[in-house]
Amino acid sequence: MDRLVLRQAWAFVFREWHLTRRYFSWVVVFMFYSLVSSATVALIGVAAQDFRLTLNLVLGVLLWSFLSCMFSDIANSISYERWEGTLEYTFMAPVSRLVHLFGISLYAIFYAAILGIVIVFGLTLFMPLSFAGANLPGLLLVLVVGSMAFAGLGLMAAILPVMSPEHGAQATNIFQGVLLLISGVYYPVKVLPHWLQPFSTFSPATYALSASRKLIGVDNPLSTPTKLVSSPIREAIPELLILMVMGLVLIPLGLWVFNQAETWAKRTGKLKRTG
Amino acid sequence: MSVSRPAIFVRDMKKVFRTRAGFMRSHVTEEWALKGVSFEVGEGETYGMLGPNGSGKSTLVRVLSTLLIPDAGETQIFGYKLPGEERKIRQVIGRVSVDAAFYKKLSPRENLLYAAQLYGISRSDAEPRALDILERLEIEKRRFNDSLEEMSRGMQQKIAIARAILINPPLLLLDEPTTGLDPKSRRDVQSFIEDVRRERGTTILLTTHDMAEAERLCERIGFLARGRLVVEGTAADLKNGYDNLEEAFIKITGEKFHDNEADEDG
Ligand SMILES: Nc1ncnc2c1ncn2[C@@H]1O[C@H](COP(=O)(O)OP(=O)(O)O)[C@@H](O)[C@H]1O
Ligand SMILES: [Mg+2]
Repeated sequence: MDRLVLRQAWAFVFREWHLTRRYFSWVVVFMFYSLVSSATVALIGVAAQDFRLTLNLVLGVLLWSFLSCMFSDIANSISYERWEGTLEYTFMAPVSRLVHLFGISLYAIFYAAILGIVIVFGLTLFMPLSFAGANLPGLLLVLVVGSMAFAGLGLMAAILPVMSPEHGAQATNIFQGVLLLISGVYYPVKVLPHWLQPFSTFSPATYALSASRKLIGVDNPLSTPTKLVSSPIREAIPELLILMVMGLVLIPLGLWVFNQAETWAKRTGKLKRTG
Repeated sequence: MSVSRPAIFVRDMKKVFRTRAGFMRSHVTEEWALKGVSFEVGEGETYGMLGPNGSGKSTLVRVLSTLLIPDAGETQIFGYKLPGEERKIRQVIGRVSVDAAFYKKLSPRENLLYAAQLYGISRSDAEPRALDILERLEIEKRRFNDSLEEMSRGMQQKIAIARAILINPPLLLLDEPTTGLDPKSRRDVQSFIEDVRRERGTTILLTTHDMAEAERLCERIGFLARGRLVVEGTAADLKNGYDNLEEAFIKITGEKFHDNEADEDG
């Protein structure tokens, strides 16, 4: 990548960082709320005195917080600009959509990672947590690969508010809710109604969770509350491959959909804040 | 060797907006915002597009800014075709619209540096330039880090102009840059536009419904009414036979003209 592209992508990181800074009290509120709702879910496992359940819930909470935070940051980036009235200025700058969305995603991943860290450390205030024996580098790899697929989904969702200012944001939330439901974040997919189960194969979160469970060793019979016996990374390769393919398909597809919608908006005059 | 090419070349530009309403959105109304507009602006020239609200000024500027795709016509900017060469065109235009489109929680500094980086200018290069421009627009240095929402309309508009100038574009599209400004800010902005044109030789397309402004700043003026460019010429040509530019506009176009009225959109 050349300097120009890096500088342009960094412009979005720069902007998002300063917006975060200026809305800092909201950031604190959001993080507090995320932490508390994570803790209330994880405490269900503590109440059941089942360390496997607790770990599964903690894992679900972490992964979902990270992926959904990233997804919604990307998905809302365009509607936010439309609301501020800056969208036309972003669209008339000589920035390719790939670079634009790369910059947005870069910051979204950074922000989601901070949220994840806050939740991990926050949870230790509520319950004893030990990841001793877990394959943490492997887990990190799952997050990185999984975020590509989620970035692609975010891109597709991002254009919805441009196409329909009234219903776009609603559609994004419904979509996110469906993902949460079908991916088996807090429970095995098997407990879903039969007709719903096949849909879980389409969600990247399903594979990210399944790989993470192996890499933490939460379902390994040899694991104990103080010492987890985790799988080596090679056992998560099928999931990683699927995630990678999903990313490789969803990112170009997301960009293509985005470009189609952008052209449509420029034909029909929908970029303007009003009307 | 090509003959000197115009900065803006527009031939028969048309733009229609369709709105759907009624049962199953089956009722379509068509609004022709531009009904075949043709004009040229030479390099280094300042051209004023004069017209009342709804005459199509902003639509024209949006097409030239690559934000709207026209329905018909031929458009070139410095020889780059539209549609087709949007990427090239985006590098050579700066635009100021009537609404101050900023991140209102961010400061002028943050807004301007963000914009500069989008155009590939480093923050260290952009910062002194931005400061210099704001100083010339009579904005105090100490306000550089306040958030934009605390600033008056006049100040916000000056910062919008700074954003457009920062990238040093060969073509400036100014869409009612002084509408709704207090008299002092209006004068500051106008003299700054004159400075820019003199010092940098920037080509400027200015839309306005302020007759005095058009006369003061523009070498040539076009009268836009209901999506048609009715006539164009120097202020002196247009006024010939009339008391003033406003009377000329009303008589020539047959349109009423409401001066000093804020545009409801960009
Ligand atoms: N994005 C849009 N969608 C629908 N109609 C539009 C849009 N932009 C402009 N129009 C219509 O086109 C006409 C010209 O508008 P505009 O170009 O904004 O005029 P001006 O800038 O001279 O006031 C108006 O009737 C306006 O309602
Ligand atoms: Mg207008």
